[in-house]
Amino acid sequence: MTDPAAARLDGDVGLGLLRTMWRIRLFEERVGQLTRGDEVHGLVHLSIGQEGVAAGVCSQLRLDDVVYSGHRAHGHAIAKGAPLHRIMAELMGRSDGLCQGLGGSMHLVDVEHGFLGATGVVGGNVPLALGSALAGRLLGGDQVAVVFFGDGAVQGGIFIESVNLATLWRLPVILVCENNGFAEFTPRSAHTNVERVSDVVAPYGVVRETVDGNDVVAVRDAFARFLENAREGEGPMLLECLTHRLRGHYEGDPERYREALAAEEWQQLDPILRLQRRGVNERWLDEEATVRIEQGTRDEVDEAVRFGRESPFPPVALATELVYAS
Amino acid sequence: MTETTYLQAITTTLAEAMRADPRVLVLGEDVAEGGPWGATRGLAEEFGAERVRNTPISEAAICGIAIGAAQSGFRPVVEIMFVDFLTLAFDQLVNQAAKAHFMSGGQLQVPLVLRTQGGAGQRGGAQHSQSLEAWLTHVPGLKVVMPSTAADAAGLLASAIADPNPVVFVENKTLYFLREEVADDREPVSLGHARVVRAGRDATVVALSRLVHESVAAAEQLAREGIDVEVIDPRTLVPLDLEAIIESVRRTHRLVVAHEAIEHGGFGAEIVAQVQAAAFDDLDAPIVRVGAPFAPVPFSPPLEDAYLPGQDEVEAAVRATLGRTYGGEH
Repeated sequence: MTDPAAARLDGDVGLGLLRTMWRIRLFEERVGQLTRGDEVHGLVHLSIGQEGVAAGVCSQLRLDDVVYSGHRAHGHAIAKGAPLHRIMAELMGRSDGLCQGLGGSMHLVDVEHGFLGATGVVGGNVPLALGSALAGRLLGGDQVAVVFFGDGAVQGGIFIESVNLATLWRLPVILVCENNGFAEFTPRSAHTNVERVSDVVAPYGVVRETVDGNDVVAVRDAFARFLENAREGEGPMLLECLTHRLRGHYEGDPERYREALAAEEWQQLDPILRLQRRGVNERWLDEEATVRIEQGTRDEVDEAVRFGRESPFPPVALATELVYAS
Repeated sequence: MTETTYLQAITTTLAEAMRADPRVLVLGEDVAEGGPWGATRGLAEEFGAERVRNTPISEAAICGIAIGAAQSGFRPVVEIMFVDFLTLAFDQLVNQAAKAHFMSGGQLQVPLVLRTQGGAGQRGGAQHSQSLEAWLTHVPGLKVVMPSTAADAAGLLASAIADPNPVVFVENKTLYFLREEVADDREPVSLGHARVVRAGRDATVVALSRLVHESVAAAEQLAREGIDVEVIDPRTLVPLDLEAIIESVRRTHRLVVAHEAIEHGGFGAEIVAQVQAAAFDDLDAPIVRVGAPFAPVPFSPPLEDAYLPGQDEVEAAVRATLGRTYGGEH
């Protein structure tokens, strides 16, 4: 017996999630273009198709909650509140980038917004989140630490070391796995016989749930339950989000390892289109609002690009000045 | 003055730091029980299990947790039982801790101390006896400290804990129970300041960790022959007090660089390169290095004894740089 009113998504929440996903989508589409135009540099990993996870999780976090991410981090940074123009400037290697141009796509950090950082080494971010969770608990607060990683990270030893320690010390950390079925260029089945990441952590007693990661509302609901418990000091927990990366592993990846998606398949998998259909059905979204969100976001991304282009490259001396903190 | 050991100096300093600052944590394998040598003995009793945390044998995760806690405002002191096991934590140390401040454009700080111990001489075999400090000095963002005395162990550890950067603090297992008189009103020893252990006129020996003691013994032996050797302990490799070394070389014109680590690619090579670039005209002889042969540390006692550089090798190196052969002939 489901109460149809309870199953309905609050319109403001729905619009907020939609806006966040559009911001990630359009930002990253532009980043893809700028990568091909050689304005964005280096190794760039896009999360197009996976926006539902970032939006569903980060929309519920406070400023003082801490988020860590991996090499595919733009969406998490955006959803946690990092401003688009500062991220764009960073990807362009400019002075006004989040990290003054010293980080780049795989190493975004925005301390002000609780985004303690992306790391380019797969799995290396997991223990860092445990450390922040420990710090939060020792300080007596109710802030939580969240770490995003892909299913590819789970085969690294440090993942199990971290899961073991997090459970042993009952750290208020929420592990969010974006299981997109691919570790870089090869499918999960070629890396492990364990189909579900939630099964990997089962013996440790981690509270866990596997959800459809392309259903942003499902992600949000599952994460809300975890978050409530983590605020009470419980943990760790693992939220496995089954999702689908629509771009290659990195921009320029020839993607010989998979077939292109049929249009109708894409309709099913795209978390943005799915939420929009739901919004229309539930009458909190119409064509006009959709266009308004999309256009407003395009303008914001244009502005971010303009900001990035106008920002100077950092002085060469910066590289030797910021090696040590004083 | 109080008599203390190198090990007691470390324990005392940790306790003082934990008393002074609730953000100081101690993490590592068996640290609540004091660890294999007892460096953390008594800390769990005084500061409790939340701040003195025993960990599983998970070097990478221990380091990562400490880095995360440091980024979130704490001052963790991690113990890695043997420097040889640091290899397991190198991603965290090299890719995360060392680069966090830099890659974040200065937003993050990692005030982490990683205590570990190295060195041979206890028949530990090739995986429990290494001197790996040169690897660490090659990583910008890390500071590398190698105390040779109890007083320096205490003073440098206090500074390392107060430092806003990741500091690797490399102790030496053979020095732990060395007794010495230490002043009661100790001051922290700031990182980057060498100590002239013994003043001399004829040659300078720059020595690290255990080799400081071996070099002083060599200097005393040579003094009987009228050779006056200055011994300098840099105490920290990063930052390196090159000025103190150069100042000495300008007076003695001869330099020996001595460490227990393998000579090939050892930190001595860096000191040699920097000194010759800065003071080539002041040198009267090629600089001589003392280090271990290019081989893993052997287990069999006579082989390990032969492998380890010590007083005899330093003496021979000083004679070589003075152009003297054994027996004092010119």
